[in-house]
Amino acid sequence: MHRKSVAELSKALNKKDISSCELTSVYLDRIQAHSELNAFITVDRERALKQAQEADARLKAGTGTALTGIPIAQKDIFCTDGMLTTCASRMLANFVAPYDATVIRKFGEAGSVLLGKTNMDEFAMGSSNETSFFGPVRNPWDRRCVPGGSSGGSAAAVAARLAVAATGTDTGGSIRQPAALTGITGLKPSYGRVSRYGMIAFASSLDQAGPMTRSAEDAALLLNVMAGFDPLDSTSVDRPVPDYASTLDRPLTGLRIGLPQEYFGEGLGTGVAVAIESALEEFRKLGAKILEVSLPNSSLAIPCYYVLAPAEASSNLARYDGVRYGYRAPEYEDLWEMYAKSRAQGFGAEVKRRIMIGTYALSAGYYDAYYLKAQKLRRLISSDFDRAFEVCDVIMGPAAPSTAFELGSKTDDPVAMYLSDIYTISVNLAGLPGMSIPAGFDSNGRPIGLQIIGKYFDEARLLNVAHKFQQATDWHLRVPEGF
Amino acid sequence: MDWETVIGLEVHVQLLTNSKLFSGSSTRFGAEPNTQACAVDIALPGVLPVMNRDAARMAVKFGLAVGATINRRSIFARKNYFYPDLPKGYQISQYELPVVQLGRLAIEVDGVHKEIGITRAHLEEDAGKSLHEDFRGLTGIDLNRAGTPLLEIVSEPDLRSAREAVAYLKKLHVLVRYLGICDGNMQEGSFRCDANVSVRPRGQHAFGTRAEIKNVNSFRFVEKAIDYEVGRQIELIEGGGKVVQETRQYDSVRNETRSMRSKEEAHDYRYFPDPDLLPLQLDPGFIEETATDMPELPDAKRERFTREYGLTVYDAEVLTGSRDMADYYEDAVRAVPGQPKLTANWVIGEFSGYLNRDNVEVSGAPVTSDMLAGLVQRIADSTISGKIAKEIFEAMWDGEGDADAVIDKRGLRQITDKSAIEQVIDEVLTRNPKQLEQYRAGQDKLFGFFVGQVMKATQGKANPAQVNDALRKKLDGNRT
Repeated sequence: MHRKSVAELSKALNKKDISSCELTSVYLDRIQAHSELNAFITVDRERALKQAQEADARLKAGTGTALTGIPIAQKDIFCTDGMLTTCASRMLANFVAPYDATVIRKFGEAGSVLLGKTNMDEFAMGSSNETSFFGPVRNPWDRRCVPGGSSGGSAAAVAARLAVAATGTDTGGSIRQPAALTGITGLKPSYGRVSRYGMIAFASSLDQAGPMTRSAEDAALLLNVMAGFDPLDSTSVDRPVPDYASTLDRPLTGLRIGLPQEYFGEGLGTGVAVAIESALEEFRKLGAKILEVSLPNSSLAIPCYYVLAPAEASSNLARYDGVRYGYRAPEYEDLWEMYAKSRAQGFGAEVKRRIMIGTYALSAGYYDAYYLKAQKLRRLISSDFDRAFEVCDVIMGPAAPSTAFELGSKTDDPVAMYLSDIYTISVNLAGLPGMSIPAGFDSNGRPIGLQIIGKYFDEARLLNVAHKFQQATDWHLRVPEGF
Repeated sequence: MDWETVIGLEVHVQLLTNSKLFSGSSTRFGAEPNTQACAVDIALPGVLPVMNRDAARMAVKFGLAVGATINRRSIFARKNYFYPDLPKGYQISQYELPVVQLGRLAIEVDGVHKEIGITRAHLEEDAGKSLHEDFRGLTGIDLNRAGTPLLEIVSEPDLRSAREAVAYLKKLHVLVRYLGICDGNMQEGSFRCDANVSVRPRGQHAFGTRAEIKNVNSFRFVEKAIDYEVGRQIELIEGGGKVVQETRQYDSVRNETRSMRSKEEAHDYRYFPDPDLLPLQLDPGFIEETATDMPELPDAKRERFTREYGLTVYDAEVLTGSRDMADYYEDAVRAVPGQPKLTANWVIGEFSGYLNRDNVEVSGAPVTSDMLAGLVQRIADSTISGKIAKEIFEAMWDGEGDADAVIDKRGLRQITDKSAIEQVIDEVLTRNPKQLEQYRAGQDKLFGFFVGQVMKATQGKANPAQVNDALRKKLDGNRT
């Protein structure tokens, strides 16, 4: 039962071949059986089974949706009413949210079952899930390896079939890179497609939530629920939400795929390059045309991002001051010491590093040289994509330069870690939708992700392209041994 | 040396919106601590601000009233600093591109007219309150006020004396209440002022170093604080010292300003555009719609009152001091045509006096404009004298009904019958032969005594002019 997709399970649930309670129990047991992956921070068995019962009643009444009764894991960055919402930080290790994020509310309304909250890099800052206060997540393909990050828990949970599907958030690659490293399908929608309300902010102008699933079809079903304007989020965009599942099967004949030469240069692992090349061959067979495009400012994406994202983060994380909720140092002399100690003890090293960088970049005398300059670069990077999309429909390339790396191998070298997101970051800076889909394995049997980048609000096209590929290949159906 | 004072004011005007600038919480004053603070106001993880459209409309209204440029696109920025009553660790404000820029406000001091430039007016949210009393050495935080919309109005350094500063503030105070964008309550902090004060040798072009006096909450204290600060700076410079740029606090009990923090200790606020809010875009339709909704402004109204009702500038100024007062006056004038001056006297005199005595608003006054007009009518048609009218006004204020009802109930109708008055005069003269003799012997001032006696005998109801006339005739007619 745990090998089935959302679409298959939805059919079975609606036909009453299985009940949500049965299904939910299977997954809860699997989560427990594979706790060594450390994919979850919180699992609320009782709550999940209660939701499953409600879902079964709804299915019985015939008022179910495509997601009613489907057990889903939520990244622990979404505020969940009455449930621990930690952002994998000591700072929020005791924080029980008193309200639901819009994403959580929408899944609730659709009748899906919340299995638990998944592990992640602290405040979504990291590319390996090693910055979590709750310990690293293991990659189910190779437990010596990281699952990528920051949505590493969700990625591992979906790859190991501990949840039918999961949500992630992506600020610089945090859905696509772990999806690539764990062999699943991950979609970062266009900025503004999914409400950020209740999703704990890292870098507000870049953060976007999206589905992490076993297939493009499942991603479409989840995005149908997640997408849409939210009056509580001024940056969400008021555009109608198409039925993403209805356009999955469109033929790819004549599809123009742009290959940015900058994505195939130095630093790209050979195994990855080979896999991408054979994926492209598959697309040719499906009738697509491949052409070269250029994104000349690609090399500026990482420096640009590592000014803007920390700058926003330094301000977004100022609210964690020990005054109203969250961690407060046990001993302090006065107010300023309470602030300093609470924040010094409550945040991990990577978070503190980024707060320091961001504070510096916004400081008087440095603002123009860093923040303003980075904003200008951001526009340049964005116009690169505009120009490329004049000649192509989608852009393809690797999602990450390498496959999953071993735990601890990059923790002492932040810059090496930052380079894991070299192909994903510019998509966030431009606000575009991007996807990673499974496209093979390296010689160590570790998954490789193909990245597909789309035009603004062209998620339907991305899902269509990914789905057709998955109809022709079976990379996405591979399951790590023992799961 | 001859010193010139230079003052620029920053006024925080609390906007009269129902809800906060970026959340749906109520802005009502005086609620139990932390009962009007929602998830957004207390900055829970994950919450986002959503702009209050009404606050934008009020800012535009102000901009139009001071002839300013309304920026069709303005930007919200974050002003970052840590303080316990600032839940997000930053205040959302407008920094580089405010909604209103380059306006002006005319003031008059000692008959001299002057235009004061308004650099900008921007929208921002208020912080909460730290309460240092009653917590046994701990600090209490009340976040009811956190997120309340403010319009910060920044003047050019065009003011040259404390009196000009106060004139500007009063003008602004009247204006924002006219516009209905602020209740102007200074005690509750709805209208707060920071003053930037410096001095320079007269004739020098460059400004001196300024000190900023924070949060002065009455017109009188603003004047005293500035006067003190100017004196302090001059004394300092003349004694060979230097003014340092700093923030100072005014202590009204000791009438002095004290240093709060110097420029060196000043925060680096690390302003940057708030990525949670799109730029505030105002379409021309919105601005036009707001323009058609503008009330008549104080200056125009005052000018019209002098022209239309023949009032003195002073009377017109007093009557247009608030929109409620001006409306009250005009309603009364309409109800008793042809008596604008007499009506003005009664509104400025008795009516205002009773409002102040009982500390009530125009809207809550027991004497309505129609009732006042009824009273004026009875004075004008000589049914009652002005003196009796005061008694009637008091009775009306105390709820005894309108003027006619009080006149009837108390029998206060004025005696205008000539023969009746003459009869009373005769009786008075008969009763006071000694005084009559003295008067006739040349003690003219006793005339007043006889008038008084007649009025007393008629319980004040005799028409004073007629009494004067008749008495004069009786006394002087027989004088040889």
